Amino acid sequence: MNTVFALSAVVAVAATVLVITRRSAVHALLYLVVSLLAVAVIMFLLGAAFVAALEVIIYAGAIMVLFVFVIMLIGHESIAMNPRAWIGPSVMSAVLLAELAWVLARGRLGGASVTEVGPKQVGIALFGPYLLGAEMAAFLLLAGLVGAFHLGRRRN
Amino acid sequence: MASVSPEYALLLAGVLFCLGLVGVIVRRNLLFILLCVEIMLNSAGLAFVVAGARWGQPDGQVMFIFLLTMAAAEVAVGLALLILHFNRRKTLNADMMGGG
Amino acid sequence: MLSWIWCIPALPFAGFLVLAVFGGRLSRTLTAVIGAGSVGLSFLAAAAASALFVSYPPAGSSFTLLLWQWVNMSGFSPAISFTLDSLSVVMILVVTGVGFLIHLYSTRFMLDEEGYSRFFAYMNLFVGSMLILVMAENLLLLYLGWEGVGLCSYLLIGFWYTDPENGRSARKAFIVTRIGDVSLSVALFIIATTLGTLDVREIAQKATAMWPVGSTLAVATAALLLGGAVGKSAQLPLQTWLPDAMAGPSPVSALIHAATMVTAGVYLIARTHVLFQLAPAVLLAVAIIGAAGILIAGLSATTQRNIKRILAYSTMSQLGYMFLALGVGAWSGAIFHLVTHAFFKSLLFLGAGVVILAMNHEHDVFAMGGMARKSPFTFWTFLIGAFALAAIPPTTAGLSSKDQILSQAWQSGSAGKVFWALGIAGAFVTSVYIFRLVFIVFGGKPRAAAPAGHGHGAPSGAGVAAGKDGMQAGAVMGLPLFLLAVLCLVGGFLSFPQFLGGKPILVGFLQTTLPQGSVAVESSVQTEWMLSIVAEAASLLGIPVAWLIVRRRLRMPATAAASVDNAAHVRFLQSGWGFDWLYDRVLVKPFMLLAKVNARDVVDRFFDGVGGLNMLLSRGLRWTQNGRVRWYAAGAAAGAVLIVAAVVLL
Repeated sequence: MNTVFALSAVVAVAATVLVITRRSAVHALLYLVVSLLAVAVIMFLLGAAFVAALEVIIYAGAIMVLFVFVIMLIGHESIAMNPRAWIGPSVMSAVLLAELAWVLARGRLGGASVTEVGPKQVGIALFGPYLLGAEMAAFLLLAGLVGAFHLGRRRN
Repeated sequence: MASVSPEYALLLAGVLFCLGLVGVIVRRNLLFILLCVEIMLNSAGLAFVVAGARWGQPDGQVMFIFLLTMAAAEVAVGLALLILHFNRRKTLNADMMGGG
Repeated sequence: MLSWIWCIPALPFAGFLVLAVFGGRLSRTLTAVIGAGSVGLSFLAAAAASALFVSYPPAGSSFTLLLWQWVNMSGFSPAISFTLDSLSVVMILVVTGVGFLIHLYSTRFMLDEEGYSRFFAYMNLFVGSMLILVMAENLLLLYLGWEGVGLCSYLLIGFWYTDPENGRSARKAFIVTRIGDVSLSVALFIIATTLGTLDVREIAQKATAMWPVGSTLAVATAALLLGGAVGKSAQLPLQTWLPDAMAGPSPVSALIHAATMVTAGVYLIARTHVLFQLAPAVLLAVAIIGAAGILIAGLSATTQRNIKRILAYSTMSQLGYMFLALGVGAWSGAIFHLVTHAFFKSLLFLGAGVVILAMNHEHDVFAMGGMARKSPFTFWTFLIGAFALAAIPPTTAGLSSKDQILSQAWQSGSAGKVFWALGIAGAFVTSVYIFRLVFIVFGGKPRAAAPAGHGHGAPSGAGVAAGKDGMQAGAVMGLPLFLLAVLCLVGGFLSFPQFLGGKPILVGFLQTTLPQGSVAVESSVQTEWMLSIVAEAASLLGIPVAWLIVRRRLRMPATAAASVDNAAHVRFLQSGWGFDWLYDRVLVKPFMLLAKVNARDVVDRFFDGVGGLNMLLSRGLRWTQNGRVRWYAAGAAAGAVLIVAAVVLL
């Protein structure tokens, strides 16, 4: 398990380094998505499959897409890129895919040494002791929604 | 099979955080700065999850969910501001942000 | 019975306060009344106190009035207390009496000047301080009066402050006497710490008990006291300020620089004579300084052109006689000469003032002439003053006092004979310079006065009347001249020499405070006659010599006269034997050089450095406000790192 973890960690760090050193925003975005995927794998290895999925869906899925939209709105550069830019992210993603496949093939995450905390427990905790926090998170999202809407309004 | 040792995972989280911090300070493009902020938030979330997994409790994951929510809201508002700023100044250079 | 003697200094102080606060708003008459009147009342009080003192002498022949405790530390508690003994009685009579006459004179003399009330305010302050000086029971209070008179001297020398030269002279006087003051204060420190008291009588007792004759402490203290005295009394080596002090008005020169302030040094030595008796070496130094002063000042006086400078050097020379008297142990003789000197010197200065006014503020004797015919009254009074100075009969004042000093000098050992000879030479020189002045100014043909506005340049507004030429001394100015002339004529009877049939009243009176010491008046009548005749001869010889000098000089054409004036020895004597030049080279210039070099000294640089450091820091801190977002982010990150490090490491 450690080797998988090590590999994922290397991918994550490498991808992040590449994020902060790219000149083009879109390249950086791509590498960031890879980094997020690597972190998701690590979370999966830790037994937190639920948040690993959340990471991919919300972080890499929604937030990064927001960034893409903004780049499109700003029109900084054309979205279409040369194919050569795809090599790096593809390689890293392939590595991650291989890891995931290997882990899943070996069955559930290596026995009882890893405590898997499933979505049910998270749900109970979220709507139990952390109920107040959940409600406040809803407020926060509402505020963000309204704020973004207000800021983005066209003034005529 | 040994599980992932929390120390290494936390170390990883720390490394990612520092990389994000460096990116915030070094890059001039506002978009990149926001991107690197996301890196930092993500690494913080990883740290929470690691901690939660260490104790075998869902609290870490709950924190991560909250963090995710906050990051989403912040990105929404932040990017809206960025677009407004760009429409006004026609540049995303952070050094040009100050002053009149 | 004498508990009201505090009024004596208080009255002039009250006059000062009234004039200082309200002076500008009072009329001239009222100012004159307050200014002169306060001193007059003080004189009446002093006379009454003296009469009471003489008729009902208090126990121990001294009366002390304790006003309040000044300092109260264990073992050292000087007080504000006045003492009335024979010495202070004599002094207060002189100060208030002569002071009143001079004030009276000034009411007319200064009438056309601006700052009339300022003048009288300063003069009253001076008289008050001088009275404190002579009535002080302890040396601390004496020092208060000492400083007060020094301040007033500065204020009055620079009275016509719009001329920077006057300010320079005033500063010079103040600074040079300051050196003496420092010496005096160190002496006071030594006395206070070793004897634990500054009370004059206690000092006398304790010093004789604790300090053997010639011990280091006694010598040091006496030498430092002498330092203070030479500063105030313009003797070597601090004599350079007195000729320049003539920049002040003539009444000021009369009061401060002839009759009273410059005698404070003599008074000090007389007061603390016990300490000087414990240090014979210093006493000898006193005599040497006195003798040297007599001749140096006298010779300088023979070459001066400015009428007041002649009189200034004369004062220096006469003070030398007083110092000589002190140095041979004739304390009362010195005080007697102090009294007679006050009479004739102030008379001479006041008379010179009349002449100066009549010649429209002209000071050069060679521009004057024939005043005898123009103002006979001034001439006769001035002549009486000149006779008194030169110790020539029929004036008795200078005659008795100088004779007594010289005979005392003769009787005090082999060194005394040398001093006597120097004194005789001094008497001759005195006669020469004063009659030179008389012949030049009063003899010959009358000269016209210079046009209005000539001279000291004081702004007199509309007051300088063109008709000053030929001015006579009016009643207000004439009365003091007359009274002083009378005193010159009969003042000697205060202590007429015994061999001539007189009684030493004053000397006897002063015995209670100033015992005669080791020198007793014991020589035979023949010796006294001989000494007296020799002294008289020396003085009388001066008159024809002066006449010859003046006649030769007045007959010279202008070019020859100019070349005589420029001769090296004449210029040397005129400059007071080059002391000013010497001090300038040796002391003033190096000091100014040091000051210039040290203009940016260590302490300055330190404070500049503080400022510079602040500027540096602010310039550095400015970067944190440069408006760059990333800098701020970096700053926040750095701060976070520091805090984490602190938490982790500590």
